Amino acid sequence: MSPKRIVLRFGTDISVKPIVYRLVKDYDLVVNIVKADVNPQKEGTMILEVTGDQSEEGLNYLRDIGVSVQALNQEIVRNEDKCVMCGMCTGICPTGALYMERPSMEVRFDGDQCVFCQLCVKVCPMKAMEVCL
Amino acid sequence: MSVEKTYAEINAKIKSGKAVVVTAEELIALVEEKGLSKAAQEVDVVTTGTFAPMCSSGAFLSLGHTTPRMKMQKVWLNGVSAYTGIAAVDAYIGATEMHEDDPLNSHYPGEFRYGGGHVIQDLVARKPVKLKALGYGTDCYPRRNLETTITLDEINEAILFNPRNCYQNYNCAVNLTDRTIYTYMGMIKPHLGNANFSTSGQLSPLLKDPHFNTIGVGTKIFLGGGIGYVAWNGTQHFPSMMNVEGKGQRSSAGGTLALTGDLKQMSPRWLVGTSYLGYGATLSVGIGIPIPILNEEIARYAALKDEELYAPIVDYGEAYPSFTPGNLGYVSYAELKSGKIKVNGKEVLTAPLSSMPRAREIASTLKGWIQKGDFQLTEPVKTLPSPTDGFIAHSIKEA
Repeated sequence: MSPKRIVLRFGTDISVKPIVYRLVKDYDLVVNIVKADVNPQKEGTMILEVTGDQSEEGLNYLRDIGVSVQALNQEIVRNEDKCVMCGMCTGICPTGALYMERPSMEVRFDGDQCVFCQLCVKVCPMKAMEVCL
Repeated sequence: MSVEKTYAEINAKIKSGKAVVVTAEELIALVEEKGLSKAAQEVDVVTTGTFAPMCSSGAFLSLGHTTPRMKMQKVWLNGVSAYTGIAAVDAYIGATEMHEDDPLNSHYPGEFRYGGGHVIQDLVARKPVKLKALGYGTDCYPRRNLETTITLDEINEAILFNPRNCYQNYNCAVNLTDRTIYTYMGMIKPHLGNANFSTSGQLSPLLKDPHFNTIGVGTKIFLGGGIGYVAWNGTQHFPSMMNVEGKGQRSSAGGTLALTGDLKQMSPRWLVGTSYLGYGATLSVGIGIPIPILNEEIARYAALKDEELYAPIVDYGEAYPSFTPGNLGYVSYAELKSGKIKVNGKEVLTAPLSSMPRAREIASTLKGWIQKGDFQLTEPVKTLPSPTDGFIAHSIKEA
C-alpha cells in the first residue's frame, strides 16, 4: 500500500492535542512526519505520510475535530503558461521536486516529492509557482 | 581549400530557399561528424538564442497628443513611472522601474511584483494600460492633468530600445557568507549552498562570435519575438578575452549589445516581466542572432562547445558587493549545465537563470525564418569594439 501524503492545518486549540498519537493508537496507522511546524498559541501545519487500512477513518477523525486535511500534490501547482523553464527554482527546491531533465534542461515538477515549503512560490521570477487553495 | 563566402552569396541562397541553416547546437554535432572544413563549406548560417533577464531594457513610447495639448512632465503607466525628460508626449518606460506603491525592500526580501518590465509585457500582450500624466502648463501645452487608458495599437510609436542586452558571458554566483542573500543572480544560500549562472552557453549569441567578426551595428536579429537590430555596442561593453586559469584556455569576458526594434510586432512570450525576490523587477528578453559562415574561422568560433566556454565563479556575499577583484576559479558551461560544480573543494548544486529550452526555441524559430526566405542577413554598417580594442572598465572616483 502506498502512503498518502497529506497537509494538515489547524488552529491553536488543536496544537495542544496529541493528534499523531491518536492516528497511530486508534486507527493503527503508520505515520511519517515529513515536516511539522507546531507551536503553542500558533496555527500549525504538518505534512504526513500515512499508511494503513483505516487511513480514511483516521483522516475523518482529524476533519471532525477541525483539522483541514488536503492531499499534498494539490497544493503547489506550476502555471505552465507563465513558466519559462529558466530552472532557477531547481537550485533551491529542498527535495528535488523541481528538477531539470538533462540534456534538454527542461524543468519538471514532481508533486509527490513536494513538501510544500513554498520557497519556489517566493523565488520564481515569473510567479509561475502557485499555491492552489 | 578553405571556404570564403560573402553576405551577398548567402543572401542569394536564402532568397532561392537553398541556404543551409543550422542552430549553434546542430553545428557542433555537424563539426563532430564531418570535421570543421566540411561543416564550414556546407553551412551558410548558424542561429543562436538566449532568453534571460536583461535589466537595461525599456521602450520609448510616443503617446499621442491630447485635447487641449499637454507637455507631460510626469507619466505613470499602471502606476509605474516613465521618464519624460524628452519631448511633450514621449516617455521611456524602463524595465526596472517599480510601481509607485511598491514596498521595495522595506519588508525584506521584497517581492517586487510589478515594474516596468511587466508594463512592457502587458502592452505587448495588448492589455489596456492605465496612463496618468501631469503637466505644468505652458502657452502651447496648457493641460495639466490626464487619466485614461491606452493600448499598444492606439499609441503612435513604441520602440523597444535596450541599452545593454545579450551579455556575452556572466559570473557564476555563489555565497561564502553565513546568511542567505537575494541578488540579481537570484537567491543564494549561505556556505556555498547553491550556485546560479546565466547565459545559454553554446547557444549564446556573443559567445559564438567572440571577436565580433559578424555581429555589428545594423545586424538584423530576432528580438522579443519580432525583428530587431543591433543599434550599437551595449553599455559596459568590455569584450576582452580572459585567461581561464588552470585550464589553459581563453574565454570571452563581457561584450554587450544595444538593441532596438518596433515593439508593436513583438510578443509577450518573448518579453516577460520578471521579479527577483529581494532585488527588483526586470524584463526577460528573447534574442536570436544569425551568424553568417563567411569562412572557417567564423565556423570554428560558432562551433565552440559548452566544454570550451568558461564562466568565473564569484562570491556575491562579500567580494561582489564590496567590489573586490578576483574570483574563485573558472567553470565550464558543461559543468554548470551538469547540475553540480566544485567550489573550494565542496560540491555545489547549480541552476540557470537563463532558459535553455527557450534559447533553443529561438534558435530554431530564427532558423525557420531564414529557411523560408523571409529573413535576409545584414552586413554590419560598423563593426563593434572587439577584444583587441582594449576597452577597460572605469569606476566612479570619489573625492
